[in-house]
Amino acid sequence: SLPLIAPKVELKKRPPVIKVPLNIPDKELALLGKEGIPEGRSRRGPLALDLQSMKAIQEYFQKLGRAPNDIELESLAQTWSEHCKHTIFADPIDDAPKGLYKTYIKEATNLIRKKKGKRDFCISVFSDNSGGIIFDDEYMITHKVETHNSPSALDPFGGAITGIVGVNRDALGFGLGAKPVANAFGFCFGEPDDARPIYRGKDKKTAMFPPRRIMEGVIRGINSGGNCSGIPTLSGFVRYDDRFKGKPLVFAGTVGLIPRKIRGKPSHEKSAKPGDYVVMLGGRVGADGIHGATFSSVAMDSSSPATAVQIGDPITQKKLSDAIVREARGAGLYSSITDNGAGGLSCSVAEMAKESGGARVDLEKVPLKYPNLEPWQIWISESQERMTLSVPKKNWKEFNALMRSRGVEATVIGVFTGSGRMAVRWKGKTIMDMPLEFLHNGLPKHRLEGSPHTYWHEEPALPKGTNRTKELEKLLANNNVAGFSFISDQYDYEVQGGSVLKPLSGPGRINTDAQVFSPVLNSKKGVVLSTGVYPSYSDISTYAMAAAAIDTAVRNAVAAGAPLSHLAILDNFCWCSSYDKVRLFELHEALKACYKYAVGYGTPFISGKDSMWNDFRGYDEEGKPIKISIPPTLLISAIGVAPDVSRTVSPEFKNAGDLIYILGETNDELGASEYAKMLAGKTGAIGNRVPKVNLARNLHTYRALESAMKDGLVASAISVSSGGLGAALAKAAIGGMLGAEISLKNLPGNASTVDAKLFSESQGRVVLSIAPKHERAFRKIIGKNPFAKLGRVIGGSKFEIRDKNQKVVGTNVGKLCSAYHSFSKKMR
Amino acid sequence: MRTAIKKPKVIVMSGYGLNCEEETKFAFDRAGGAADIVHINDLIKNPKMLAKYKILAFPGGFAYGDDTGSGKAYANKFKNHLGKELEKFLKRNTLIIGICNGFQIITNLGIVPGGLTFNKGGKYLDRWVDLEAVGESPWLRGIKKISIPIAHGEGRYIIGEGYERLIQEKAVAFKYTKGRICKFQNLEKNPNGSEHDIAGVLGYRGRVLGMMPHPERGMFFRQRPDYYKEKELRTREGKILPEEADGFQIFKNGIKYFQ
Repeated sequence: SLPLIAPKVELKKRPPVIKVPLNIPDKELALLGKEGIPEGRSRRGPLALDLQSMKAIQEYFQKLGRAPNDIELESLAQTWSEHCKHTIFADPIDDAPKGLYKTYIKEATNLIRKKKGKRDFCISVFSDNSGGIIFDDEYMITHKVETHNSPSALDPFGGAITGIVGVNRDALGFGLGAKPVANAFGFCFGEPDDARPIYRGKDKKTAMFPPRRIMEGVIRGINSGGNCSGIPTLSGFVRYDDRFKGKPLVFAGTVGLIPRKIRGKPSHEKSAKPGDYVVMLGGRVGADGIHGATFSSVAMDSSSPATAVQIGDPITQKKLSDAIVREARGAGLYSSITDNGAGGLSCSVAEMAKESGGARVDLEKVPLKYPNLEPWQIWISESQERMTLSVPKKNWKEFNALMRSRGVEATVIGVFTGSGRMAVRWKGKTIMDMPLEFLHNGLPKHRLEGSPHTYWHEEPALPKGTNRTKELEKLLANNNVAGFSFISDQYDYEVQGGSVLKPLSGPGRINTDAQVFSPVLNSKKGVVLSTGVYPSYSDISTYAMAAAAIDTAVRNAVAAGAPLSHLAILDNFCWCSSYDKVRLFELHEALKACYKYAVGYGTPFISGKDSMWNDFRGYDEEGKPIKISIPPTLLISAIGVAPDVSRTVSPEFKNAGDLIYILGETNDELGASEYAKMLAGKTGAIGNRVPKVNLARNLHTYRALESAMKDGLVASAISVSSGGLGAALAKAAIGGMLGAEISLKNLPGNASTVDAKLFSESQGRVVLSIAPKHERAFRKIIGKNPFAKLGRVIGGSKFEIRDKNQKVVGTNVGKLCSAYHSFSKKMR
Repeated sequence: MRTAIKKPKVIVMSGYGLNCEEETKFAFDRAGGAADIVHINDLIKNPKMLAKYKILAFPGGFAYGDDTGSGKAYANKFKNHLGKELEKFLKRNTLIIGICNGFQIITNLGIVPGGLTFNKGGKYLDRWVDLEAVGESPWLRGIKKISIPIAHGEGRYIIGEGYERLIQEKAVAFKYTKGRICKFQNLEKNPNGSEHDIAGVLGYRGRVLGMMPHPERGMFFRQRPDYYKEKELRTREGKILPEEADGFQIFKNGIKYFQ
């Protein structure tokens, strides 16, 4: 048994504040910006400030005629970090002087909202920790998706659990505090069977975790974070690619619910007032999560500090969450609230100081996990489960008493002012005093430039003959198409009692592309969640990649019964080598697609986040230097409101005798498809004809589908995405454990080969099953949109697809089912 | 107004990581009760409060993160501060229900027999199960077979030698069985390796019910895994879809007991 001795952390005492001289040569200035403040023979860790930014700081302090204190430099580094300021999206680029975010994302949303006029359902977008839209007359729903890639590479469990509890705080930090009602996850991992080691250090030092180990840790982290907090983990996806071996992508999202009015005032409006106390609520501060914001703003290498990863404790946060959402919020005890995430107090207090016009903090008052943390560490530490609130003096006694009685620690650490400055004191001595103007807007703009680039790949060598049974079964077992019940099963998606369309659907338990839940138990309204992501399309075109992500997220939601008229989307860009001109060009292309398709579908962006440095620099198994960069990846998450959950539809076939229809065109678009990648293997012959999105046509098709569902004509609807028509038909059959007889004879579109017909990932397509008695009404609604009757659902287990009177697939549902679930079985 | 007075009062415990209190309150209210969510510290501050309640509910969750063993810490806190009040409460003609983490808590309180440990698979598991009601209890009136979900990592029921007595006292409430949902999704009946397939047990002559599955997550027809198939087929036959599902009966029974 364990000895009854609690481990004690002892940090050695050092001078609280040191001056950092900036009148040094540019070379040293650049090094200071890259690797951080010197300390003994090493350095404190990345400031992630380039020379231009360092010079701006140098100039500022030259004017003051003094050298900055370490805390001032660290504080600027946090606030100016790519992670916090999203400089690449803010800086002027090519022909977009206002920058990518303003020109494409914000502008798209503004335009959509203007067009919608009275039907605009956005309430609070971009300005807060989450985006908020109308749920009904009484409630608003919020959504936010974060990434936690770098931490998850170094500490998979810790990185993932802080990812999920961290984004929970983006719900709590929305307006006056929204209750988290659903979690979403998205994973991009290296191949789980890849055992070739890679190292961060020379001479095979500091090995990275292998993909399987990262995967298992991340899955457990989301499990622990979500389950312990009593928040259903409903929505999720997982993708695999060699290039996620150096840095996995770990997306974590949270949907929140909040009354539109609290105490008669709009709940999304909040403002710290001069004179309000600066209150830190929840966990204590330790050395965990130092430089999290800055190290995730650079490539991962031997200098990446594992101490940058925080350690999460869901229960501490659950207590805080209940006390805020159930009690303090309704009692009106605080005037503003925000989350302590990246940059810790240095960012949360400085953000709220914008509302009041200034703030002063006495750092020695901050409760610590253990003694002897230096002021700069306390100021930027990303220790978890903390919110920062502004509490009017008159409410402090009551607020503090309430928190104590709920086992939550609340501490006054300063006061909001109107001074226009961010001041920090240590035992009475001022150690930082900076105008908010310079802190928030002093960051020099960089001029970004992309240089156009196109890729060319060999076309995949198609199999001989016309029978594709083996190929279909192999594709269903492919980890980018197969089911992942081994993940879904261990996440609690039933807590809070709202789940309707669950992560696994039908007798065959197929993973759903969209999920439906009712956050207000006595309302028939439902929230619909879905995602779209195609990392490998970037190997051909990031424009196509982004267009397909949006079209798929929208299509998945509509196929489950979400109305286009009440559907919003979120963007998460995960890029690599982001100052590389080709990568910048590709980024710009992706954003052009975002603008076009968001505006086209009338689906506003309500929130977003980016992670621009998903590169790994290290050494391979022979100790040779390598760089692994992820394929540029855009995750689009959609959130919509279904007026009546009883009108939503699940993807699996329901009944023998039902007719199977396809909506949309199937074209020769095998480029970068799962099928092409499967055929290509390591040759890289993935082709070039990547799916293109026909906006006008898809829009009509989706609207028609929407009204067919409204009339209750659709028995099942499955969106055609990765794996193409073949996979979609197979999944619908597996889900319903019913057979199917299919003919590709009248398939709309220009697909010529049987391979393209079965496996092309042409966008805009949905496979439906309908009761024969509904056929006439259905055809009438579909009208001139491209569609075809493919065949019918049959009892028994036969699964057969014919093309030009030849059997191209002949198997049974049992075989398909075990192929589809084989990957999960291996991973359990 | 009079009906309001008649409503049996239900206290739903909260605090320290319990997390199913809102849907549990919703279920009791909908069943005709008047439920309050009360933080354990508020009850400790004012223990007499317990006297005005007829039903005491320990909902599911992760009290204290299960860090010292599921349900232990919360049960100890309750015992140490509210032991006497709990005895008094049980002396009256009252009902208690513990669901999931709440079940783990009341086994640690010692008011239902047996204990719970890690699932045989070792992993947290979220799925639906079929239950056969076998015991004698106000909670179980009119219930034969029901299907509701589980979501737990430590749901394996252990009773050992005590089983004989359990049978004599008709203290087994629910057994896992192969029913509608197991057939529908081809699942094994006993998800966690519980001894004798036991999913829930009774204490105090059936007045105290502890169960791992979550009846409050099976209140509505729309929550069922076979909802979409049933919805489609029943609508075709022109049938009207029921709004409620199996789990709700348990809460109705609790309330009916006092009317």
